[in-house]
Amino acid sequence: MTTPPMTPVLTMSAVVLGLLVLSTLAVWLLRRWRPAGSWDELSARVRAWWVMAAVFLCAVAVHPVVSLVFFALMSFWALKEYVTLLKTRPHDHATLFWAFAAVPAQYWLVHVKWYGVFIIFVPVYMFLLLPVTLVLARETKGFVASASQIHWGLMAFVFGLSHLGYLLQLPALPGRGVDGRALVLFVVFVVEMSDVLQYVWGKLFGRHKVLPSVSPNKTWEGLVGGVLSAALLALPLRFLTPFSPLETAFVALGVCIAGFLGGAVMSAVKRDFGVKDFGTLIPGHGGMLDRVDSLCWAVPLFFHYVYWAWY
Amino acid sequence: MRRLLQALFFAVVVRPFLALFIGLRVCGREHLPPGDPFVLIANHTSHLDTVALLSLFPLRRLGRIRPVAAADYFLAGKARAWLSRTLFNILPVARHRVTRGNNPLEVMRAALAAGESLILFPEGTRSREGEPGRFLPGVAHLAEACPEVPIVPAYLVNLGRSLPKGTFLPVPFFAEVRLGPPLRPTGTRAEILIALESAVAALRDAT
Repeated sequence: MTTPPMTPVLTMSAVVLGLLVLSTLAVWLLRRWRPAGSWDELSARVRAWWVMAAVFLCAVAVHPVVSLVFFALMSFWALKEYVTLLKTRPHDHATLFWAFAAVPAQYWLVHVKWYGVFIIFVPVYMFLLLPVTLVLARETKGFVASASQIHWGLMAFVFGLSHLGYLLQLPALPGRGVDGRALVLFVVFVVEMSDVLQYVWGKLFGRHKVLPSVSPNKTWEGLVGGVLSAALLALPLRFLTPFSPLETAFVALGVCIAGFLGGAVMSAVKRDFGVKDFGTLIPGHGGMLDRVDSLCWAVPLFFHYVYWAWY
Repeated sequence: MRRLLQALFFAVVVRPFLALFIGLRVCGREHLPPGDPFVLIANHTSHLDTVALLSLFPLRRLGRIRPVAAADYFLAGKARAWLSRTLFNILPVARHRVTRGNNPLEVMRAALAAGESLILFPEGTRSREGEPGRFLPGVAHLAEACPEVPIVPAYLVNLGRSLPKGTFLPVPFFAEVRLGPPLRPTGTRAEILIALESAVAALRDAT
């Protein structure tokens, strides 16, 4: 077999389509039963999910290069949202330029599957390069803040997200009919479902806040209900993975909790910046970062587990 | 031929660049006059300012919209002069050694009389992002000389972070163009100047 099997993509497309139809129907019914309620945001969110699911599934299905370009654009957009809200100094200009230049470089490393450099390029080489470019700007006031903030963004949104690309490139496991693409579908679906279900459980039963000073909308009921139900939902998707049933549950729980923590970290960042959303790219959701925040934390952990345990 | 090159440049390079690389947002597009002439005034922090303001118009209108630009800077050197004239259709004005023959006010008035619209940065030069720039009196002279021409205030956000003065490579930041309703200020020149300055400042402070 030279071409990877399309079956996982088709199956997941069918699953996602079913869920989207169901949620669209649910919103429609809610509007009919309780016309007084405010369903506009929910409705906008569901509509945006249709677009996001279609774009993502296409990007993953067509060709690995298309997928990598798409992931690189996600990193680029997220990094742009982040630096726009940073209090940058005029002297950071060259440093920011190099930070953005790291996006194509990092995804090129993913493309050529150069694992040794992929895994240290941002944490080591960019870490060493960025402060040097700041030194060349010859302004010491605010130096440490600039060096740290810019590299932090690079780690989270470029290094972290690019693991999705490397995961996609992982070869098929002999005898299991599972390849990197199926693993990407698995982790993205489970993490995003966990986000959605945390929101739903939180809206329905949320009473006790988890982190009131960071994110007033996150509740224990939402967290536990969302994470558990997403992990449960992951079990029938075991065909996308090489895992045993117990391992599937364990990994799904892990990525959902990591996703929650990623969301909490980005909430803290937003609080610090004094904004509600990172941008306006996705109606009802906010910016790119508001949607991929959980992936930035869950995907590297998922990748390294799979890479360690199965490759 | 020049206008065709400019339209092509805006369609193929400028618009994709502003949409994908910068992610430019426009607020108050409805305030743009549907016909010429008018004067569009804005704060000035970057070479991208002119690019962004020109991109607000349909390609076929570009030929009649002239960014007022310092001749000593934009016509210095053959390549720069060609680019400024061809791709940006600038209206060059003298900043130094002003004579009766090259008086900027007359040059601008003639362009308006010929039915062309102007993009004018009344600060006269690029300032730092976020720092309030003071308008030079020229814009008040122009408003007084052409009281029938509407003046549209604009405030540009973050373009000065993307490509500040003294840099050559743009860095992507989300940027915004905020447009205000057209003005026809009256009164003394000092009053006109204050009215225009505060119209731009009001857009800066709006969120």
